[in-house]
Formats: sequence, structure tokens, C-alpha cells
Amino acid sequence: MRNAFVKALEIQAARDENIFLITGDLGFGVLTDFSAKFPARFINAGICEQNMTAVAAGMALEGKTVFTYSIANFPTARCLEQIRNDVAYHEANVKIVAVGAGFSYGALGMTHHATEDIAFMRALPKITVLSPCDPLEAEKAAEYAVAAAGPFYIRLGRGGEPAIHQDRSFSLRRGKALELKSGTDAAILATGSIAGEALKAAAILAERGISCAVYSFPFVKPLDEELLRRLAAAMPLIVTLEEHTAHGGFGGAVAEVISGFRARAALTRIGLGDTFSAIVGSQAYLRRAYGLDGESVAKAILEAYEREREREGEGI
Amino acid sequence: MTSKELAWKIRRHGIEMTSLAKGSHIASVLSVADIVAVLYNDVMKIFPRDPASDLRDRFILSKGHAGAAVYAALAEEGYFATELLRTHCQDGSFLSGHVSHKGVPGVELSTGSLGHGLGVAAGMALAALRDGKQCQFYAVLGDGECDEGSVWEAALFANHYRLRNLTAVIDHNKMQSLDYCEKTLELLDLAGKWRAFGWRCLEVDGHDHEALREACRTTDAEKPVCVVAHTVKGKGVSFMENNILWHYRDPQGEFYEQAIQELELVRP
Repeated sequence: MRNAFVKALEIQAARDENIFLITGDLGFGVLTDFSAKFPARFINAGICEQNMTAVAAGMALEGKTVFTYSIANFPTARCLEQIRNDVAYHEANVKIVAVGAGFSYGALGMTHHATEDIAFMRALPKITVLSPCDPLEAEKAAEYAVAAAGPFYIRLGRGGEPAIHQDRSFSLRRGKALELKSGTDAAILATGSIAGEALKAAAILAERGISCAVYSFPFVKPLDEELLRRLAAAMPLIVTLEEHTAHGGFGGAVAEVISGFRARAALTRIGLGDTFSAIVGSQAYLRRAYGLDGESVAKAILEAYEREREREGEGI
Repeated sequence: MTSKELAWKIRRHGIEMTSLAKGSHIASVLSVADIVAVLYNDVMKIFPRDPASDLRDRFILSKGHAGAAVYAALAEEGYFATELLRTHCQDGSFLSGHVSHKGVPGVELSTGSLGHGLGVAAGMALAALRDGKQCQFYAVLGDGECDEGSVWEAALFANHYRLRNLTAVIDHNKMQSLDYCEKTLELLDLAGKWRAFGWRCLEVDGHDHEALREACRTTDAEKPVCVVAHTVKGKGVSFMENNILWHYRDPQGEFYEQAIQELELVRP
């Protein structure tokens, strides 16, 4: 996903010489081509994310489009106040890119698990939060972020994420989700590469006769409120899925919106509980360990679905 | 207007503004007043009628709590009406207790949390160098602010990228929020630290306008410049000088009267 993103950024940078990329001394092998092609517009700020972000804000205030790049929580949590005061308050044209969403760096330990970042980034006014689900969405996220002025947070996976979109022809529209699969009994809303697990869960549930729609939400902020309104009215069950705490992040955002509707749908938020992961392992392993893999998700949805059917049967 | 006159007006406005606002930080306003006055009046290229002019030098007050000094300087230089200064900190005002750019012509950057301004100024300076702009970037920091690690991140960066268009001025009044700097977190040889970080560093009396002018006009072909300006916290009002109380207290009643009287005696 990160390579697709950086490739797309290179194409944009070739067209627009205002684009700068600042890294916090990370991106070995990933940023090599960009730095070779645009040496004057590639800056290694060193291992100092606060200054990387302040510098990016300063450059943006002088008219540049500046991407900051690092991994996990370093370009977000480490320099949150620089993002809040210098970037967001000034509506500076800074695009914060974090590689390593969720458990992408599962083996490296809790410092490298990005599992609360959506929560703190979406809390900040003026920041658009993008969380693409596959390399193609990531590519389009790069194009979108260049074209749209203002601060962005772009949450990327690592490498090797499978393609989820088969058709290249879609485009990202501000605050719009993308339907990956239609269905009538439940809607699974996912953000990031975990949308792949949502599709697996939908396939498992289809065998049980439950028809699930699946949506990818590249925009966590702003959310696709129009779609949520439609789904809340039409569906018995809405499920959010994220590789992030189930509070404060994507599911939390969906809950905030849906709570304002006279909704028919029940909402089940699937994500991490109030926990850090002290155990390590591959992304696939940790997803299973925390119930975020397709099978666990299918099981959780089945339970929620049956609970809702019982309630409806009781006439409540 | 001379820089001496501007500095006096900054002090006069500062006392009135913090008194009306019942606001803090008058002692910081008084310590930085000469630095701000010399920069705005004599050193920087400014365009009060075209605040966004690309030709302007940029000024960032990193020690945002002394914002009243900058508001006063901007008003006196003609960016906005001096009458507006009376709204400082009042309900609905844009003139916040820490300097803010929104709704205030001439303010480049909103600050208030310490340790932000130098990094942003460095980013601006780097972008300007890459574009071949001929302007200079000034960031005014506090000495207590130099406790912040982000100041030193920016100091490393500015040297590494040879930001010759960047000048940091340290308002070295030797005091910070609760106590003297040296009793809080020893700065030791502050100028030596900047030199060790690769900057050209000058030390001046931060109330001597001639010395400030010369130092702030100094540039280096390769290095960013740091001016360590030795100042007195609360400078110009006897009972506020070197008294930590006036980091917080606002001048009211007889204190206000005495402060104004003392200033009137030295009116340029």
C-alpha cells in the first residue's frame, strides 16, 4: 500500500513542483525513488517528529504542499500538538502520512501498533482523515490529497496488502464511502485494509444465508452521513470494523452520526477493546488474537444478527 | 517614529492592555519590548498596508505569552487601529492572551505553547530559500522556552539546512514561570549551546537599541544567526523588574498608576 501511495505521489510531484516530502528518517527503500527524482524536494528531518511537523507547517504557510512521512504513532501522537497548533489551526497544507496502520508492524511491539491514531486525529478540527483499504485506494488518496487544500491525515498499511478493488475506474469523492459488495441483512462498514476481513466475513455469512453488504470508508472524516442515514433506515444491523480501538475511532464516529437518526439498525462496533497488545506477532496472527479476522468477525456478526432477530421477534 | 518611541509605546500599551484584561505576562512584555520595537521599526521590511506582501520579512513570536507586545507594535506600525488594543483578552476579541493570527493582520503564526515557533520559522525559511525569496525570518524565543526539546530539534535542523535567512532572538531575561531559569533547569552557557549547534551567535544587551539593530541585521553566508539578548524581566517598571510575581499579576490601582508614572518620566 505504501509503495502504491509513494508512486502516485511521485507522479503528482513530477507535475507539481510545489510538492515536498519530509520524512522523519524512515522509509528505507520506500522513498528512494522519490528522493532520487526530486532531491531538492525531499527532506530528511532526522528523528524529530515535532520539528518535522513544525517545518512542514512553515513550508506550507509559504505556499508548499508538504507531506510528512513516518511510521506507526511517530508522525501523529509524538507531535500531536504541532499538528493541532501549527498545522490544523493554521489550516496549513500539510499531509501527514503514517505507514503501519493497526498491527501492520505487529511483531515490533506496542510502540509500533497504531491502534488509537484515528481517534486522536479525527478529534482535531480542520483535518481530513483518510484510511484507504488497498493499494488502489492509497494511490487515489495521494492524488486526492494533492488536489484538495488543507490538512490531511493519511493512514496507510505497510506492504503487500491485497487488492480489494478490482475495477480501477472509481474515484475518491470527499466524504464518500465505496460499496465493495451489496447485501440486504447487514452492512459491514470497514476502514483500512481490514476491509479484506470484512469481505471474508461476508462470504462466510453468505453460506449461512445472511446477505451482508460491505463498504470501504476511505474517509473517516468527513464520514459518509448520507450513506449511514440510508443504511440505518434500511438495514437491521450495521457493523463497523477497524484495526483500531472500537472507541474513539471509526466505529465511534459512525456511532456519533447514527445516534442522531431515528434508526432501525442496531450498531455493532468491532475493533480492539480498552487494551494495548502486549503480545506480538504477524498482522494476521494479531487480528485473529483480537477477533478481527474474517472468521471471528463473521461469528460476532452472526451473534449480533441473531440477537437482533430475537428482539424483533419479541416486538421490542 | 524611532525604535525608542515604539518600545515606549509597547510598554505603555502593554501595561494598559494587561490591566484592562486583568491578564498575565506584563513582565515578559516589558522584557521583550525593545527587541520587538527594533525589529519592527528598524530592521524588518514590513508592509502594514499589504501584510501578505511576498517581500516582507517574517516575524514569529515563539514566546506567545508576550503577544501584547506584538499587538501593540503592529497597531503602532499601522496594521490596525490602536483602539483595538483595548479589546485584548476581552469577550469576543481576536486579540488573545497568546498571540494569534486569526483576525489580526500582520501576525504570521499563532503561538502560546512554547517550543513551536522556531521549527515553523525554519520551515518557512527553507521554503523561501528554495524559492529564492530575499526575506529574513525572525523568531523571538524566551530563555525558559529553551527547556523545550523541540527548540533544539529546530536548532539542529536550521544548522543542517544552512538557513542563513533565519534569525532567532532569545529574550534572555533569566526568569521563567516559577523561578529563575538557573534554579529551574540550568541553561548554563546559552550562547555556547547555540554555537555548538552550528549557529552564529551574538550576545547583546537586549535593551540597547543600537546593539540590537546591529545584531539583528547580522547575517552569515552559511549559518543561521542567534541573538542572545540579555534582558531584565519587567524592564522599565521598577517594582516589576526581576520579580516573579509580575509574570502573573496584572497592574491595577496604585500599581497601575505607579507603572504609568514611571513610564511617563522616561517618555522619549
